[in-house]
Amino acid sequence: MKFGVPVFPGSNCDHDAYHVISKHVGQPVDFIWHKDTDLSGYDALVIPGGFSYGDYLRAGALARFSPVMGAVKEFAAKGGFVLGICNGFQILCEAGLLPGALIRNRGLDFVCRHVNVRVETDDTPFTNQIESGTVLSIPVAHAEGNYVCDDQTLDQLEKNSQVIFRYCDPDGAPTDAANPNGARSNIAGICNAERNVLGMMPHPERACEELLGSNDGRGIFRSLTRTIEAA
Amino acid sequence: MKAKVYVTLKSGVLDPQGKAIHHSAELIGFEGIKGIRQGKYFEIALDEGLTEEEARIEAEKLATDILANPVIEDFTVDISRSA
Repeated sequence: MKFGVPVFPGSNCDHDAYHVISKHVGQPVDFIWHKDTDLSGYDALVIPGGFSYGDYLRAGALARFSPVMGAVKEFAAKGGFVLGICNGFQILCEAGLLPGALIRNRGLDFVCRHVNVRVETDDTPFTNQIESGTVLSIPVAHAEGNYVCDDQTLDQLEKNSQVIFRYCDPDGAPTDAANPNGARSNIAGICNAERNVLGMMPHPERACEELLGSNDGRGIFRSLTRTIEAA
Repeated sequence: MKAKVYVTLKSGVLDPQGKAIHHSAELIGFEGIKGIRQGKYFEIALDEGLTEEEARIEAEKLATDILANPVIEDFTVDISRSA
């Protein structure tokens, strides 16, 4: 099993992802420079958080044109697992690998704190080791995390159980007060129709060590490794 | 040829930046401003050999592929001869 972490100019959570995969997930992992296009040998890619291309134009908009993204699209089309975190989620939306878009938070704040998210379904390669309905405490850190999509897209997402994480209160209720950025239907993370590409605003790689306040992010990586092992 | 591309948020898409600017305008005494929506403006220098129609097609393709995100934004294109 091998993980890859694509690195764009301005990525800044790439080392966090690498650290967690190598130390806590216990799997081999490589950094992949954004100009590389050879993704053979990888089972899963983690598109890291940060500010690729300085968030110029729109968050994630320019990273989508990096050479590696063409390879990521092919990788995903062949069923490879892709986990986009924060800026990684923004990049996947801009690249058309996930529907919708992420716009400015409804407040003007850069929101940087632990939030609660409810796992909506265990029917994904990324959550199959977590019971549906489980509330995870995972930090967010973003200015553009306000998920938007049209009505038709939302219907599709709900109908196909593609909403994987929803912001919620500690008891699991997806209240408006628990929504840190105004995201439609409290959406914190979605997957594609084929369920092998997941984007999420919270940072599970920052929630894998008790010392840092939570290890609730581990279940996501554990699910992914179990899925790959079973394949 | 020169293309001017204006990218604006679709109506209904929240614009916290525009709201904040509006709020500041009110704070310093502007009255009668009903709302402010922030957008983006691009000046694109195009090959002088292009016809106006060709320039428009090129600029609209650029706007569609890169400058605007069709999920949340609309755009308009103006073509003019470079001064």
